[in-house]
Amino acid sequence: MTRKLLTGNSAAAWGARLAGVDYVPAFPITPQTEIIEDLSLWIDSGEMAARMVTLESEHSMITAAGSAATSGVRVFTATSSQGLLYGMEMVYTVAGWRAPFVMINVSRGLSSPITLESDHNDIMAARDSGFLQIHCASCQEITDSVLMAYRLAEHKDVRLPAIVNQDGFYLSFTREPVDLPDAEKAARFVGVFDPENLQFKSGAPLSQAMAVLGGGPYSYFRYEAHLALQRVLSVYDEIADEFADIFGRRYDIIESYKMDDAEYVFVMMGSYATKARDAVDSLCNAGWKVGLARVRVFRPFPKEKIRQLLSGRRAVAVIDQNLSMGMGGVLHSELATALYGMKDGPAVLASYIGGLGGRDISQQEFFEMIDELKQASDIGQILEPRLLYTKNELTEIRNLQAIAQAEHSEIHNK
Amino acid sequence: MIKESVVHIHRMKDMPSSHLLGTGTPMCAGCGGLEALHNMYDILGEKTVFVNAAGCLTLLSVYPFTPFRGGWLYTSMASAPAGAQGVRDAMDIRLQKKQITEEDNMEVVVVTGDGSAYGMGLSATSGAMDRNLDFIYLCYDNEGYGNTGQQYSAATPHAALTSTSKTSHGYPGFKKDLFAIWAAHNPTYVATIIGAEPLDLAKKIEKLRTMKGPRMLIALAPCPTGWDYDPKLSVEIGRLAVQTGVWPLKEYIDGEVIHTKIPKKDKSGKRTPVEEYLKLQGRFSHLFHPQRDERGIAEIQARIDAYWDKVSD
Repeated sequence: MTRKLLTGNSAAAWGARLAGVDYVPAFPITPQTEIIEDLSLWIDSGEMAARMVTLESEHSMITAAGSAATSGVRVFTATSSQGLLYGMEMVYTVAGWRAPFVMINVSRGLSSPITLESDHNDIMAARDSGFLQIHCASCQEITDSVLMAYRLAEHKDVRLPAIVNQDGFYLSFTREPVDLPDAEKAARFVGVFDPENLQFKSGAPLSQAMAVLGGGPYSYFRYEAHLALQRVLSVYDEIADEFADIFGRRYDIIESYKMDDAEYVFVMMGSYATKARDAVDSLCNAGWKVGLARVRVFRPFPKEKIRQLLSGRRAVAVIDQNLSMGMGGVLHSELATALYGMKDGPAVLASYIGGLGGRDISQQEFFEMIDELKQASDIGQILEPRLLYTKNELTEIRNLQAIAQAEHSEIHNK
Repeated sequence: MIKESVVHIHRMKDMPSSHLLGTGTPMCAGCGGLEALHNMYDILGEKTVFVNAAGCLTLLSVYPFTPFRGGWLYTSMASAPAGAQGVRDAMDIRLQKKQITEEDNMEVVVVTGDGSAYGMGLSATSGAMDRNLDFIYLCYDNEGYGNTGQQYSAATPHAALTSTSKTSHGYPGFKKDLFAIWAAHNPTYVATIIGAEPLDLAKKIEKLRTMKGPRMLIALAPCPTGWDYDPKLSVEIGRLAVQTGVWPLKEYIDGEVIHTKIPKKDKSGKRTPVEEYLKLQGRFSHLFHPQRDERGIAEIQARIDAYWDKVSD
């Protein structure tokens, strides 16, 4: 095992290298590009035996990823934000092909307004596609999750593509120490890709992804994919245990932090959870009973695990780094669905939208959320969803608007 | 089973005598796209994977039936050439790793309509040619979005009535020169073909089989439902498209364009007038009824003459 300082992007590239991928269809987009730069260097210098091809768009890239995976090779690809959305038709399509491969998404807010910084609306758009989703909070977790994702995606009971998500800038460009798994051990853990029936060859006629007529066959194939995705929940622990045995790191479907006697719980996803960890530490030191549940596997949604973890808690703050326009936070809605009908579920399930477009969530804000949770659960109040946004930020945008207004007036009064 | 390699097609007698593509597909009677595919498939043989984009021929393979002896993969409207890239690369990787043998190897063939080829899929096609992908591309060109009811596309000829150009002037635009756009990429091979000229088609397929790299084909596909004529006229209309010079049969190799069948001229030096082609099709009926549109017909004729004036015999 080698310890290296790696950015999230390099950690992702290492994951692909250690998984022994055969094929890398690629397309550059900020903040993901470093991944394909690393891979191309290794491939060109002979350090990695794979073939890389740069397509002319993400739509084509995901098509090629899917068609290569259905032709029997191990495929890795990566994208971000607008690229993921540009390829969205094919995200849904290749999941329907039951093409097992791994794609990194480096989360970045969606246009418009156009931004380079991080939030989860891009990955949420892929929520219903049939891809597995693993959300990472550290660079170490990225390398490890890529390896685990191949096992899950290629599992004979699953056979679906997987997205490993990391946050742009916060992970993609942040160097952290990463214990790189030993190459041989990693190869043994991931194993050889058995394409089974996924291959085109002469003398074995095969049609894939063909049309159906009518809702009967269509429903059948769609529901089959849904069931296959849900089977990740039953095979996950075995694979996570095996990973832990070999590499000494155990990743739960939901990461629990100081949850044992927690009355108040933050639920969130991605690297911002590390900010919540700090707040949980401070609050616990101050005598509060606060914990953190970080949803790592978001698809399939670990409904039972969520119910177990949140049973008996006083109040929960769900922090969504996304905004479903006209509704609110996606994770909050999913938790409400998962907890519905539970007798000893938390009385308060508050929704906070924070971290849009890379906006920070301050320690003070975490403390205030817990204050609100306590007050609301003390008096049995229902909390309205809130955007984490300060007066200062509002003043700043008002100042920018004043400048824009002044410019506008100047032009028109000339 | 058809012999894998058909060599030396000089005459109709040399053509394969039975069809490889299964019967009973849901294509319309008289489909010019199916005719071109039939003729091509017979010569390519069964070691082929077809990668398809959304269009009429998508309905060739409807679960659980397929008329193909080899592989078939439906992708999307825009990305069939990218699908071919993944299949080709995967097969090359597996050959290299000795997971499959050369015997298992297959030719990768993209099949799309003109809606995909001339428009939505052009970027992916351009990219595949940039990357010198080893594949064959067959565009069956029925000059409109046929599968959705023949709305005009970038392949629609001037004056044609379509379901989105219904008034007496027809489609105001002009057919895009996809042959020239493809040829500008300098791929291995570009050719126009038509099912109604099977010998010309067969010779071209036979030739491109021996080549590597992007090999691009545009088949004019007479379309009874979209062009509004009796299905029994498909072959006649196809032949007239060539004889009148509407559809020049040509190929591009090594930077040169060669016409493979120059329309014959009569003693007075005239090709078959284009109206012989136009008047058989309902989509051009407004040029003849209720009264003859001399100017409109003459304009169409003039553009064809101008094209052939630049072609040396």
